[in-house]
Amino acid sequence: MQPSRAAARVVKRFRCGVLPPAGVVNTVARLAKTCTLRLTADKLYFILSDKVANGGVSVWCELCQGNFFDEFQMEGVAAEHNEIYLELVPENLSRALKTAQNAKTVKIKLTNKHCPCLTVAVELPSLSSSSRIVTHDIPVGVIPRRLWNDFREPGVPDFDVSIYLPVLKTMKSVVERMKNLSNCIVIEANLSGEMNLKIETDLVSVTTHFKDLGNPPWASDDECQSSAQGRDLESMAEARIDIKKLLQLLAGQQVNPTKALCNIVSRRIVHFILLHEDVSLQYFIPALA
Amino acid sequence: PRARVLLRLKPTPSVPGVTKTHNLAFQECERLQAVFSTRQCANSLCAPARVLAEAVVHFPATLSEVTLSAGPGGKISLRNYMEDEKEPGRTMVTELWLAEDEFQEVAVAPGTCITFCLKEFRGLLTFAEASNLPLTIHYDAPGRPAVFTLDDPLLEVHLVLATLSDPESISQSPTANGASELPAPPDDFADDLESYMIAMETSAYEGGSGAPPSPTFPLRTPGPAHSKPEEEEEEEAVPGTPPHKKFRSLFFGSVLTPGGPCLAPTQEVLAEDSDSEY
Repeated sequence: MQPSRAAARVVKRFRCGVLPPAGVVNTVARLAKTCTLRLTADKLYFILSDKVANGGVSVWCELCQGNFFDEFQMEGVAAEHNEIYLELVPENLSRALKTAQNAKTVKIKLTNKHCPCLTVAVELPSLSSSSRIVTHDIPVGVIPRRLWNDFREPGVPDFDVSIYLPVLKTMKSVVERMKNLSNCIVIEANLSGEMNLKIETDLVSVTTHFKDLGNPPWASDDECQSSAQGRDLESMAEARIDIKKLLQLLAGQQVNPTKALCNIVSRRIVHFILLHEDVSLQYFIPALA
Repeated sequence: PRARVLLRLKPTPSVPGVTKTHNLAFQECERLQAVFSTRQCANSLCAPARVLAEAVVHFPATLSEVTLSAGPGGKISLRNYMEDEKEPGRTMVTELWLAEDEFQEVAVAPGTCITFCLKEFRGLLTFAEASNLPLTIHYDAPGRPAVFTLDDPLLEVHLVLATLSDPESISQSPTANGASELPAPPDDFADDLESYMIAMETSAYEGGSGAPPSPTFPLRTPGPAHSKPEEEEEEEAVPGTPPHKKFRSLFFGSVLTPGGPCLAPTQEVLAEDSDSEY
């Protein structure tokens, strides 16, 4: 079956307020030129795989469509694979959603113009009897089923320490100032709720200490957290990461998430999880050598 | 360089006791007189500057050219113009529709359209919005200059922009933008958007999807061979029209001498643009 013909009709209507996905799309747009949008019957995913172009960062963002859309209809490639994977330029979607900020209604639909497109049609208020209508045709690439395995949800890494993040706004202002001094930042944390952000250059070292952050209670499982079990509570797990990547994540957060935590695999990777009511965002930053 | 003008600003309540004097050099230049007349333009639109400013905000700041079209049902559309598109499948197409009653005056033939420089137009809009003046757009066939005017008891402003001369767009909207048969969106948007979008979908190019889907972006489907709207070859210059594909604009505040242009139309460039951007 030709993907373009099996394409979905996704109809979304937002009655008021800022479109929730807009913040997510803005974050993703900052990170990479292209990303993957996966549509299933009840969820939307923005996926960025860890390519060299992204500096090894990968993003997995999940939205429950029921929370945003009045109507959501989707028809995937086949009944048993009721999903659609699209490649698109998030910057385009970001711009289209910006138009929709003060919209009366927004409809998003997969269409086939000169090429497959995600068409965002926005009805804007106007002083005249009829509304102003803006349409954005965002070219997309339909990703064939044989490549879907490339976009599986990344598993939670076997982390050494898992800790709740400090208030993101505070963290962001600290990291922003540190960015002027160094390109890399060390995140270290222990199972006693303590986290340090450190930079070290020839001229200066700066450390910001956070206490009483709390450590998330991961359900003990035979498979995972074996590294965390039996670990000395004071011992710090650390990873040195690109400060810009961290800032990209923090800068994208307009609203304070319901839950924000990170999992550190010493000297390997830092895995951030941000949960809002309707959106969950996972962000992986590899450690620098 | 020896010619100077002196501006003396007397003390104001905000800066008491201070007189500012500016001694400025100036250079006399030849009086420009562009060859154009709004009376030669078959179509005109007049709208408050605010309406047009709100319309162009949906286009990216970097967009060079925009296409204005008169659609069915009196609706006016603005669409980004894609220039020299090697891969039309990569560019986002944005289109905005304005209803006839947003304008103070609409006197256009349906199906007409022109493509002009958005950047210059935005500049004029900023000025017009600040002065709270309605803006009138006079245009004729593609390739003929479009004249944007502001009217006020104290001043009259004319901005003349070249428009893209495009054989395809003379008869229909450029197919590269994929919007040639688009119906204008219906007035009752809320539920009729559905039928509009269905109409968009079905009127769009279909067929030829025999090409296997490519995993790389963008998905290519063999399209009807359509020549690009912009052509590289020199075409015969229309008298009074600046050279093809280079936008020139003239902006001056004088009122046209009655009786029409006094310069015989020539093929010469009337005024070199100081901005070599184009």
